[in-house]
Parts: sequence; structure tokens; C-alpha cells
Amino acid sequence: MRQQPVLEVRGIRKEFPGVVALDGVDFRLFPGEVHALMGENGAGKSTLIKVLTGVHPADGGEVVLAGQRVRIAGPLQAQQAGISTVYQEVNLCPNLSVAENIFIGREPRRLGLIDWAEMRRRATELVCTLELDIDVSAPLDSYSIAVQQLVAIVRAVDVSAKVLILDEPTSSLDRDEVRQLFTVMRRLRDQGVAILFVSHFLDQIYEICDRMTVLRNGRLEGEYLTSELNQVELVSRMIGSELAGLDQLAGGKRRERSAPATDRAFLEAEGLARQGSVEPYDLAIRSGEVVGLAGLLGSGRTEAARLLFGADHKDRGTVRINGTETDLRSPRDAIAHGIAFCSENRKTEGLVGELTVRENIVLALQAARGWARPLSRTAQDKLALRWIGALDIRPGNPEALVRNLSGGNQQKVLLARWLITDPKLLILDEPTRGIDVGAKAEIQKLVADLAEKGMAVLFISAELEEVLRLSHRVGVLRDRRMVAQLRNDGELTPERVLATIASGAEQ
Amino acid sequence: MNANALLTRVRGQIPLLVTSVLLVSMFTVGSVQYDGFFSGQVLLNLLIDNAFLLVVAVGMTFVVLTGGIDLSVGAVVALSTMVSAWLVERHGWPPLVVIPLVLLMGTAGGWLMGWVIHTFEIQPFIVTLAGMFLARGLCYTISVESISITDPSYTAMAQTRIPLGDLFVSPSVLIALLVVAAGFVVLHYTRLGRNVYALGGSEQSALLMGLPVGRTKTTVYAISGFCSALGGVLLTFYMLSGYGLHAVGLELDAIAAVVIGGTLLTGGSGYLLGTLLGVLVLGLIQTVISFQGTLSSWWTRIVIGGLLFVFIVLQRLITARRR
Repeated sequence: MRQQPVLEVRGIRKEFPGVVALDGVDFRLFPGEVHALMGENGAGKSTLIKVLTGVHPADGGEVVLAGQRVRIAGPLQAQQAGISTVYQEVNLCPNLSVAENIFIGREPRRLGLIDWAEMRRRATELVCTLELDIDVSAPLDSYSIAVQQLVAIVRAVDVSAKVLILDEPTSSLDRDEVRQLFTVMRRLRDQGVAILFVSHFLDQIYEICDRMTVLRNGRLEGEYLTSELNQVELVSRMIGSELAGLDQLAGGKRRERSAPATDRAFLEAEGLARQGSVEPYDLAIRSGEVVGLAGLLGSGRTEAARLLFGADHKDRGTVRINGTETDLRSPRDAIAHGIAFCSENRKTEGLVGELTVRENIVLALQAARGWARPLSRTAQDKLALRWIGALDIRPGNPEALVRNLSGGNQQKVLLARWLITDPKLLILDEPTRGIDVGAKAEIQKLVADLAEKGMAVLFISAELEEVLRLSHRVGVLRDRRMVAQLRNDGELTPERVLATIASGAEQ
Repeated sequence: MNANALLTRVRGQIPLLVTSVLLVSMFTVGSVQYDGFFSGQVLLNLLIDNAFLLVVAVGMTFVVLTGGIDLSVGAVVALSTMVSAWLVERHGWPPLVVIPLVLLMGTAGGWLMGWVIHTFEIQPFIVTLAGMFLARGLCYTISVESISITDPSYTAMAQTRIPLGDLFVSPSVLIALLVVAAGFVVLHYTRLGRNVYALGGSEQSALLMGLPVGRTKTTVYAISGFCSALGGVLLTFYMLSGYGLHAVGLELDAIAAVVIGGTLLTGGSGYLLGTLLGVLVLGLIQTVISFQGTLSSWWTRIVIGGLLFVFIVLQRLITARRR
């Protein structure tokens, strides 16, 4: 029989304006276990952690710590109650010494003054218990991120040793550093500390965790023993089974995607990579071809695309456009080479809500022409009306403010803006997210038509069905690595893609 | 200690080192160039003439260490001279009542600005700019003229010379050095002081580590307010008058002293000893120019401006390396 949970959360609810981030989530954490909190981005993991650490107050539900109901009002109260957190970015002060970072706010004092010798002595002791060999009087920023993270853990455990939350601690660590962290985690677990571990890396979860709690869309999906749930099942629980539905609604079965006529690649990427964002990958996109990118949120899909658009700087690798090696240093360069990028955050990175449909549509074209050669108003009106007609944007009024349009129509405005510049390669990052089924089908049809007319398309979506319906080939990403490129020969099923995501190798 | 750690530590000391070298070389050049420059009293006069600036700069160091800035200090100094002169001369209040009152006023003003900065999350630049206009304006509601002080305790403070062998200092110098010493102890041996450094290192981290960020912030502005008021009191000992045009631009001198003393404007790194050296450098520039005789006093400003540029670029290089 297991003992009492050290931390129990019952029916926790948290709303932000317009979004229910957590909807009646239950969660248990036992002493002496490493517990994974799983879910895609937006599933509510960070919100749950922020509720537990007192950054956000919960709107409902209760938190029971060691058998007592507690109210966590802030980070300090959480620490005092026995919940310490180490975040993805090291939240320590780089300018202070290691010893100070461990003890600040709780410095040993003699006669009211800080006893530095005692502080250094105790810090050295603590650091030694984790078998770290560092000089505690050196400033924190003279050590690597990995060591800083371990110092943060030393502090967290010393402040309160009951519950330790590790929020994506491994995202910037290399293999050896992860191993060192895991050694420390195991030692703490054996001392009876309850550890909540959040990570995007499935392998790490399976290596270190005893149990896991899966969240989806702010709800509890389930609590499992790691040994009882394999990776494929885990991934399908994280994504949910709702993907099957759309296909029927959109009408028609998946198109047989015949390969495009041309064999010449419009864009070829070779060994393209950026440290901490995506590992080296090769990708070729031919004119008239739709290449899909599949993978979990945070797997590096968007990052891979941003490299092609010059929005992020590549660390290494080459890009060839029409066979010529090209250095895309900025989105401006990419646009000049006929690449367009519809970002997934259409509100923050794409559209200007306060401007009209017409103004939003001509924005990119105007930018490409340069501000010295303004488009005349009649030209603008003509363009706007043409594209409103072509994409069936509703309402069909070019003077309507974009923020008053529905999500699907906003997406079409964004598409129109890029199509007007007549791109050779169109990168679509989650173009159908958050829009209704009808609009989804329209946008999918539009993408297929554009490809038919010879445009190269890179299509990124979380919905596997959608990716499969449109793409000739599918690149599968996992843990920031392109693990496979699958030909969509009509026999490729979502299940096979899912299996590839889960196992990290072509199935 | 590993090499990297050593390097990081040494890097933090570079500005302090540069300032020390600058101070020594300026003094050496002055001694070679001008007769009578090489004497202990010239050095002590630096302290005597700049005691009030030193006190103000100590307060400024606290603020800058948190990553903030306090533009109100010069105006608060002026207001303190004005209120002192007005109460002592026009109303006949005893100095022993007036001085604590003025100090309390400065502290409360600083605390209020700190509270506004923290509570409403407003840029310290703007809040203390408002404080500066307010304090400077209040001076003129008391009087647009200078009020000279004839009170015997004030004149005694102005004229007393504390002998050090053949040399002497003023009581203000002792007070200023006491403030430096107290500031040093607070910064290095109390939780408040360490929180100041933590706040300057990373406010977000300080918050998440459960440190009292708000209290620390308001306290540093209160300390700066206290130091400004005390600086004002020392200035009345020095000038024997209260005037709304006293200490115009002093805030910039104080910031310059802090920066030349090696404190990073982004906060989190710096020493009070550096600020002391910074004040001495500023004073020495003035002394050299007055010894030179043919240069107008505006050259002081020009040299300070040049030095500031050099030091800010130096800071930038050091912080850029760190990343």
C-alpha cells in the first residue's frame, strides 16, 4: 500500500479572459517518486505549475499539502509551504556567488550581520551532497547553464525538501548534463522528495519517471504508471482521438496525391540547424509539391520553418533556391526570393487588427515595393476586391476592420496578403488552427489548388489527417529532430505517422 | 578556483581598477605639473569640498545597484538647504530639531517615490524626474532669494577644523566617511544589501526566489532620499545658506561618480569604494583645472563628459562579454 500523497490537487480550475486553462484537474504526487506532467503546449501544464507555485491564484478547487488544505498566495508562500520550483530559465542571480544564490533571503547571520564564512561552509556541504565540484564563492555566471540549474535545485531542496517542481529543466542541457541532473534527481527521490518533472523529451520521461499525469485542453486525461503506458499510447492520449472526425465533415476521402510533374527542387535545405531550436535536417521542396511537417507541439516544426524563412539565423547548413546556394539572412531576403510565411500567431505576428482588410492585404506588397512607391488607392481597392472574391473573404467589405472578422476569414486575409506577392514557396504554419470546419476545408482546398498551379507549399499542422490529406510528403519531427520523411503514397495512415512520432524512427 | 571563475571575478573589478589607476595617474601628473599640488591637504580638500556629493553618491549607488536611477537628488539637496535655512533663520527653530526633520523629510520623499515606482511599475526615471521638479519648485514657494544662515551652530560646523597631524578635515568629511562605512556594511553584511544586489542581477529571479522585492525597492529610494537630505545638511554647513539654485545638476555629478566608480548602470554589480574613488576623480579634475588657472571651469564638465563616455563604453564591453 502506498503512503498518503504529499501533494494533492482536486478539481482545480483556472480561467483567463476567454480561455479556460484548467478545467477541474485532479493531480496527486507521492513522496519519493518522479512524476511526469504531460500534455501538448496549451494543455495546461504551465498553468497548473503556476497555480502550484502561487504565480496564478486558482479560481476553484483545492490544494492539499501533506494532508492539510493550503492556500498558495505567492512564490514565497509556496516555498514556505514546501513547494519549490526550478524553471526552464535559471531563475537565480548571475551576478551573485553560488553560495549567495543558495542562501539569499535565508543567510546565516551573527549579531545581525551576514556570516559569510558560515554561509560558504554550509553551501560547500550542500553542493558536496550532490557530488558537484564547484567553488561556491565564485559568481554563478562563471558556470554553465547545467551547473546553474543544479545550483537552483540545491537551493530549492534546501529551502523546502517536500515537493520539487522541475519545469523543462533539460531543454538547454546536453546529454552528459542531463545524466548528471538525473543522478541528482534519483538521489533526491531516494531521500523521499516528491519530484514533478516536465519535459518535452519523451525518452527522458520514460527514463526517469515512475508515473505520469496527462493533460489535454485543460482537462485531466488520466494518470498512468510509466510502465503501463507505451509511447504510442501516450502520444495519442496527448493529442486526443478527435482527429478522425474532420475528414468526414470536410467531405470526401483523402485525395490520392500524385507526385508533381517537375523533378527539380525549388528549395533544398541541407544540414540546416540552429542550436537549441532544431537539429540539422535536410528538406527539399519542389514546385507544385506540398510538404507537410508533423510532430507534437514544441517538436521543432515551427523552428524548422523559421530557418527557411530567415526569421531565425541558422547556425549551419546551406539553403539552395533553384539550385543556387542562397544565404537567407532575414525575412526580407526570403521574401525577395519568393518565399512567404504565414505565421501561426496570426494575431501577434501577422495581421494588424486595427487596420482594414484592404490595408492588411496590401501590406506585404507595399513593403516589397518600398515606401517610396506607394500603391494608388484605386490599385489597392482593385487588389483587395479581387482577393476578397478569390478567397471568398466575408464580409466582402474591404474597409471592415480585420479584428472584427472571424478566425477563418482573418486567416484568408493573411493568405491573401502573401499570395498577392506571388510567392514561389508558401510556408503555412497552423493555418487552420482555431477556425471552424467549413473554413478549414476551404483553406485546405485553396492550398491544394495553389500547389496544382505550381506553387511549392510547406504545410505545418498539428492535425495529422489534414497534413496527410494535403501533402505529397510528410517530414516527421520529434524532440527538435527530423526523424523521418514519409512518402504519402495513399497508404500512409495517421497511425503510422503517430508511431513514427512516438518511436522516433520510420515505421 | 577554476580559470573561468577567476576571469569572471576579475572582469567585475576592471572598472574599479581603471578608476584607481586614473586617480593615481591624475594625482601624479598634477604633482609633476603644478607647485604645491603634491600635498596631503590637497587630497583632504577633495573630501572637504565634496563631502556632500559623496553622501549623495552613496545613496545613488544603492539605487543604481538595483538597476534604477534617482534624478531627484539635486533638487532634494536644494530643498533641504532651503527648509533648514528657513526654519532656523526665519522661524528660529533649533538646529537639533531642524536637522532630524529635514532628514525625515528626505527619507519620506524617497520612500514615496520608491513606493510609486514599485506599486505602479513606472520607470524610476520618470518618477524621480517628477520628484525633482516638485522639490525644486517647493524651494521657490519658500523663497526665490537665497537665505543666509547665521546660526552659531551652523557657523561652528562650517569653521571647525579637525586636525590630523599637520593637516585638517571638516566635520562634514567625518560624517561623509561614516556614511560610506555604514553603506558598505549594509550592502555587504545585511540581507537588505544582498537583496539590493539580487534585485539588480535579476528582478524576476529575486521575485521567484521569494525575496521582498517591493520592500527592497522602496527602501533604496528612501535611502537615497535620506542621503540627499543629509547631503543638503552638509551643504548648508559648507555654504551657510539655503537657496533654490543650490546643487543644480548635482544628480548628474552623483550618477557620474557612481558610473566612474565602476557600478554598472544595469545594476547588480559595483562597490561603494568605487563610488568614493569616483567622487575623488571628479574632485581631482576640478582641482587640476583650478591649479591650471587659465582654463575656464567649464572644462571640468567637458572632461567629466569625456570620462563618462569612456566608462559607459567600458561597462558595455564588460557586460557584452559576459553574455
